[in-house]
Parts: sequence; structure tokens; C-alpha cells
Amino acid sequence: MKKVYLKESACIACKLCEVYCRLQRSSSGDLVKAFKKESPRPLPGVRVDEFGALSLSVRCQHCEDAPCVRACLTGALSRDPLTGIVTVDEERCIGCGTCILVCPLGVPQLDNTRKKMVKCDLCQGEEIPACVANCPNEALVYAETNDIQLEQAVLK
Amino acid sequence: MTVITKTEYLIIGNSVGGIGAAEAIRGADKEGLITIVSDEPYSVYSRPLISDYLANPGTIEKMLYRKPDFYQENSIQTVLGERVLKIDSEKHTVTLSCGQEIHWRKLLLATGGAPIIPSTPGVDLAGVFTFNKLDDAKAIDGFLKDRNQVKAVVIGGGLIGVSVTEALVKRGVYVTVLEMKDRILNTILDEEASAMEARTLEQNGVGIITGHTAARISSHVRGEVSGVTLDDGRTLDCEMVVIAIGVRPRLELAKEAGIITNRGIVVDRFMMTSAPDIYACGDAAEAYDFVLGEDRPTPVWPNAYEGGRVAGLNMAGVPTEYRGGTALNALKYFGINIVSAGMVASPDAGTEMLTFKRNGIYRKAVIKNGKLSGFIFAGDIGKSGILYNLMKDGIDVTDFKERLVADDFGLASLPEAIWRERLPAPAAGSVIISGAPEKPEEAFIGD
Repeated sequence: MKKVYLKESACIACKLCEVYCRLQRSSSGDLVKAFKKESPRPLPGVRVDEFGALSLSVRCQHCEDAPCVRACLTGALSRDPLTGIVTVDEERCIGCGTCILVCPLGVPQLDNTRKKMVKCDLCQGEEIPACVANCPNEALVYAETNDIQLEQAVLK
Repeated sequence: MTVITKTEYLIIGNSVGGIGAAEAIRGADKEGLITIVSDEPYSVYSRPLISDYLANPGTIEKMLYRKPDFYQENSIQTVLGERVLKIDSEKHTVTLSCGQEIHWRKLLLATGGAPIIPSTPGVDLAGVFTFNKLDDAKAIDGFLKDRNQVKAVVIGGGLIGVSVTEALVKRGVYVTVLEMKDRILNTILDEEASAMEARTLEQNGVGIITGHTAARISSHVRGEVSGVTLDDGRTLDCEMVVIAIGVRPRLELAKEAGIITNRGIVVDRFMMTSAPDIYACGDAAEAYDFVLGEDRPTPVWPNAYEGGRVAGLNMAGVPTEYRGGTALNALKYFGINIVSAGMVASPDAGTEMLTFKRNGIYRKAVIKNGKLSGFIFAGDIGKSGILYNLMKDGIDVTDFKERLVADDFGLASLPEAIWRERLPAPAAGSVIISGAPEKPEEAFIGD
């Protein structure tokens, strides 16, 4: 599978990844409406953490053996055995936050309006995720990963 | 239905621990017959959802922990609504309540916990409930159906007590929580976070009485609850009582089979009991706590899954060590999100506390010998997983401990070696695709 990786030396903390992720998730597809009008307001599945001069664009890594999937109280989280994408079934998510508590990157976010967990889904349906496509300094790359679980699934 | 008389893997218990084991076994062994026996008649459901069920009764389908075809997909045989009466560890058999015997090669005890019932006079009256499984929620629902303006006393202000309280409030019940200690949720929260929860409960009309116990449950109409008398003689009128003072591991089967038990079933780091080929996990077992550095029961859902998974792998011949769990809770009562992990309620001497409090957001990190031994995030639980994993990995946080509770805390606040290890790099030789392909120039790196 392909994942989004960060060349942190090129990250300029512009947060356009957050902006375009939010736009991608908006129902209107309009930047201003996504931020100002839409209700519930879409949350981005990526965040930029900063400390001093360092900035890191962080999102779900769709882990093999994902800790969030294992910890989920309701079974709402699962990892697709063929694509490797970790997704949340909103019908079953109760917004408890257990996934946030066990994620090494702390990337799931709670949508407080909808009481659901939100995170990166690698922009299903798009060739390149919106954050990568709109990163102005090529700090984000979309690249293949070694994934033992997926290799085994293909061999089955 | 085929009668199972012989199975490769037998799992007693059809909740998260048993399912964690079954999934792990099936991942490692595609063929061996897995059989799950449970005294509950249902497909695996999420126990934390019994509160939602009571608040808004619906179908069990909404509560299912795995898809309806889970057992079929994984070739798992189930024997539901049937009790295991006896384990013979020598002969490798169990005897079911219907008299049938099942021979197994590897056995897992995922028997869970049972509510502790005090010897308080009146606990056997109609209208006294526990709140541990779906049938408990159904029983309370049945009680409430034909009644209005019901008053309830919930004995015990822990997780189960507060969970049932929230559900009852949503059903229009007037609830008083009776907590023996000086504050609710005292085993998983510190004073500050406890007070936040108490305020929230009170704002939702819940009465809280701390520092007292129930001396007796009284009855005016024969057999029915009419009130609770406290240890100081005060009386609370009510039509129903929920006993929520705690859960104890179900050990009977293990004990009778001669398996060593302490507070829970004693297991090694491979989740194996004192009897060869018999494993245990979940609320029934006392497994390794990585914060405490010793074994203790940590009856929370995610630990049961992890322990079950490790047990399952070992049962299927894949030697796997349990990394350990610790207390771990995510609360969302009445819309307030709080997470806590490790030892936060009453830290021992020699610990250092770092706190942050502003605009309804509260964070606390407990540091012991340079390492995190517990934390609470309340109001905003984002990024709490970073702390959990620092604690789990036993990382020395001395040099950056203040940042852990800071307003702008994030992955970048950690030392480079640590964030790099957590942010993986692409596989060597992989094709790199980046955005804005029309731009010819190199990325600008700067000085």
C-alpha cells in the first residue's frame, strides 16, 4: 500500500495540509463554506505539530496490527485486509476516545458535534491524497511501504 | 446442530478476551477447530454499550462487536447459553451443564468478572439490580417500562455506577449515587478530574453522597424496594437500587481445576496458567501491569483483547510475550471527554505532578523515577496517545516533562530520536509521488 510520508526538513508549518484536508472532507467542496458555514464543520484528518523551528505534519499511518483497531470498544475500527486502510465505521463509533488514548501519534480526533472519531482515510477515490497534492514545498510524499500483513493477505 | 465432542482450541467466554484469542488463533492456524462456549446466549457484543442500550433500548445488532458472519467467516463453532461445569486439566476435557463432554488440546479461560454483591440486608429484593452484562440492562429496562417518576440509588460511584447513572438519567430516572470513599471515580481519576465529573453529574440532576455506605435496603411492600438506609441513619426513598461496588474475577472453574489463583487467575507473560495447555485472559486473569511492574487485574476492555490475543498466539504455537497493560479508561459521561491511564488516582510518594488547567481543559502527568507513571487529559483528550505510548515504552521523560502538559504539546515536542522512531520513513527504493508535479524546482529546505 501507499502511505503519506513527511520530509520534515521541507515542512514550513503553513498548515495547508490541514486546510486542504478539511476542504476534501467538506460537503460543499467550497473552502470558505467549509470553514465558515458548514455544520457540522468538517475536521481535518491531519494536524501540524510545532516546536521551535520544527514542524511535523502528522496523520494516521494505517499501522499493521493497529493499536486503535485492537483497542476499539465497539469494533467500529478495522483495517481492510487488502488495502491496508484503517477506517472507522461511524455507525458503530461512540466517540469514546479509546483510539486516541492508544495511538502512538495520538492522531484520531473527536468531532465534538457529531460525537464521532475522525482521522485520515488517505482520500479514498483520489489518486493522490489532498494534503500531498497541495503541499507547496513537496514536504509530503505518497509512497509505497513494506507491509507484511498485506503481503500475507495477497498470498492467501 | 452438530454436537462438538472434540476441538483443537476451546475458549470459555464469548466477550472481547475470547474473541481476541480466536482472531489470533485463526490468523496463525487456518485449520484447527476453535470452539467458544459461553453462558450468555448472544453473539459477541460490546459490553461498554450496555449503557447506551439501557438509555435507548434497541436491537443487539447495534451492539455487535464483530460482524454477524464473524463466527462463520472464521470457522468458529459456538456453544452459547451453556455453562461449563467442570474442567479436567489431566484429561483435557470440560463438562457442560447439559452433560456433554468436550475434549480440547488448548483451553482459554476468558470467563470475565462478576459483580460483587455485598451482604447488605435487602439485596435480594425485587428492584435490586447489577450492571455488568446485556441481561442486566434488559432487566432494568423491563423494570422501568411500566413505571414513571422512578427514583434510584446507585451504590458505588465507580465506572459501572456512573455508566448506569447516565443511562438512568436519560430514561428520566432520579438518581442518587452513593459512594463509600470521599469522591466518585476515585480509582481512576485524581481529585480535580473527579470533581469535574461530579459537577457534570450534578448539573444533570444526579445527587451524589460520598463517605457513606448503605446499611440496608428497606421494603414497605413485601419483596419490593422502598428505600436505602445509610450508615448514619439517613433514608433515601427509591424504587430501585443498582449495586455497582465492583467486579471480581470469576475464578470458580479455575479453582476447582486446581489452577493457581490470587486476586485473579495467575498467568505468566505468555498468559499461561499454572496448568499446562490452559491459558487465561481478561477480567478473570491477573496479568502484567507495565506501570506497576507486577501482575494485577486491570479489568478494561482493551487489555482483555491484548491478553486474549497473546494467549491465542501462544495456544496456536506462536510464542508471544504479553507486553503488559495498565489501567486505561476513556470516559464520555454527559458529553465530557476524559482519558486516564496508569497510576493517577493516588500516586505514591516520590512522584512528581505536572498539571495544566485552562478554559475547561485539564491535563496532569505523573512522573516517577523519570518516567511517566500516569496521566489524565480532561476536556480535550487529543494527542493523549503520545503520552500513553511514552509510558508504555518506559521512556525517560526528564528532559522534556514540562512539555507533556503544555498547551501546544505535540509530536514535535518530543526529542528527535523519539518522534523519528514514531514517524516512519518510506520503504527503501519505493516510488515517491509528491504534489505539484508541474513544478520543476527542488523543494526549498533552507538553512
